[in-house]
Amino acid sequence: MIDILRDYGLLLLVGQFPNGPVGGLALTLFLAVSGLLLSFPLAIVMGVARTSPIKAVQYPATAVVYAVRGLPVLMLIFWAYFIVPMVVGHSISGITTLIVALVVYELAFMGEVVKAGIVAVPKGQVEAARSLGMTYFATMRKVILPQALVNMIPSILNQLINLIKNTSLGYIISVGELTYSAYQINAQLLTRPFQVYLILAITYFVLCWALGLAVSRLEKKLNQARCTPDVPPPLQRLVSKEATT
Amino acid sequence: MITFDNVDKFYGGYQALNQINETVKQGEVVVVCGPSGSGKSTLIRTVNRLEPISKGRVMVNGEDVHNPKTDVNSLRSRIGFVFQSFNLFPHLSVMRNLELAPMTVAKVSQSEARERAMELLVKVGLAHKADAYPPQLSGGQQQRVAIARTLAMRPPVMLFDEPTSALDPEMVGEVLAVMKQLALDGMTMMCVTHEMGFAKEVADRILFMDAGAIVERAAPDQFFANPQHPRARKFIAEVRRP
Repeated sequence: MIDILRDYGLLLLVGQFPNGPVGGLALTLFLAVSGLLLSFPLAIVMGVARTSPIKAVQYPATAVVYAVRGLPVLMLIFWAYFIVPMVVGHSISGITTLIVALVVYELAFMGEVVKAGIVAVPKGQVEAARSLGMTYFATMRKVILPQALVNMIPSILNQLINLIKNTSLGYIISVGELTYSAYQINAQLLTRPFQVYLILAITYFVLCWALGLAVSRLEKKLNQARCTPDVPPPLQRLVSKEATT
Repeated sequence: MITFDNVDKFYGGYQALNQINETVKQGEVVVVCGPSGSGKSTLIRTVNRLEPISKGRVMVNGEDVHNPKTDVNSLRSRIGFVFQSFNLFPHLSVMRNLELAPMTVAKVSQSEARERAMELLVKVGLAHKADAYPPQLSGGQQQRVAIARTLAMRPPVMLFDEPTSALDPEMVGEVLAVMKQLALDGMTMMCVTHEMGFAKEVADRILFMDAGAIVERAAPDQFFANPQHPRARKFIAEVRRP
């Protein structure tokens, strides 16, 4: 196994780079993080729409969530693969295809995370803000979302774990991410699939496990901030720093 | 200043407010009391449209509160509301709690908002807590900040919905003192409260509610000495019991 790592470690880490496009673990992380960052603002819109008192806003958002939740990610990738070129009028790269599919997938799931975060903020907060004369949107932006987002951080990291694993489906449309790299290595070695795919599994596991650890730590910290009011709440300060300056 | 005109409110088949007719004059301090479930909180919440009504009209300063054409945000900015559970914004410092509405609603500059906030914090005796966060304060302090936050919009009328009910007994006094000072300054106030000492001392008038209706209205000394309605008599007897 060590020899595989020695000969092909670089391919697993960065793909063909610098002699070709970036791939491997680097591409996997790029796909997951950009999927998260691109879907985040959309997820906020989605979450706000899902809790909207206006039915004409709430129903379409709910329909999108239900539709996406009911489809496998692989199906979304196929749809993106065939439909996005039809919509934009020219062919697109596999990476773009995969990101589009992941963003659609995440905007439904993370939209639900945002919705849960909004709903968890006590009703008194809305009443207080509205009774001061603040509009619905000002209340959302200044009072509800800042509180909801802090509570959502662990769930967002969970979604990142999900995304990292889902990028492996890029293999099916030949995006050169980690799984695809492993597939290439296996195709060259031919006789050692067990070792190659064990390395692949360990890589995914370590990455997701480390993130999972971060999630539990954050949850603990957040709970501490909630339960011990005497200690200045660090995450609340973090959020309000932007508000005070 | 506040007028209720034949106000009814139903929750499904349950009548929460029954034929409310009442006027609160400018500068008047009116205390609303009554047994729990009698509709006190519902009544006060209809004044700034936190609670819709089923029939009738509520007027504040000549504006029809429940008319869909009324700019409810502008109206609410001119009606102070203090909650039982304070509802301070826990992610913002005390100072930011006080600055937020003046800056976002009244479009006051940050420096002026800060000045206003500081003035009010001095008034409620919490200037030294300007940079603290609400969870770090005691209940009494939180409620005083909440009152200051409401005052930062300079409303001509203030509504209090059981402002001391969620407090430890030893913290009730500090909040009542702030309310009393407000009353002395000539603020128009409508208070739902069980603090009969406050009612006796500060109120101009007491409204007693039962089953969604105002069944007795009287000056405090009259109300406590000689309640007319049988339900009010029972209530006073209960309150007096040591």
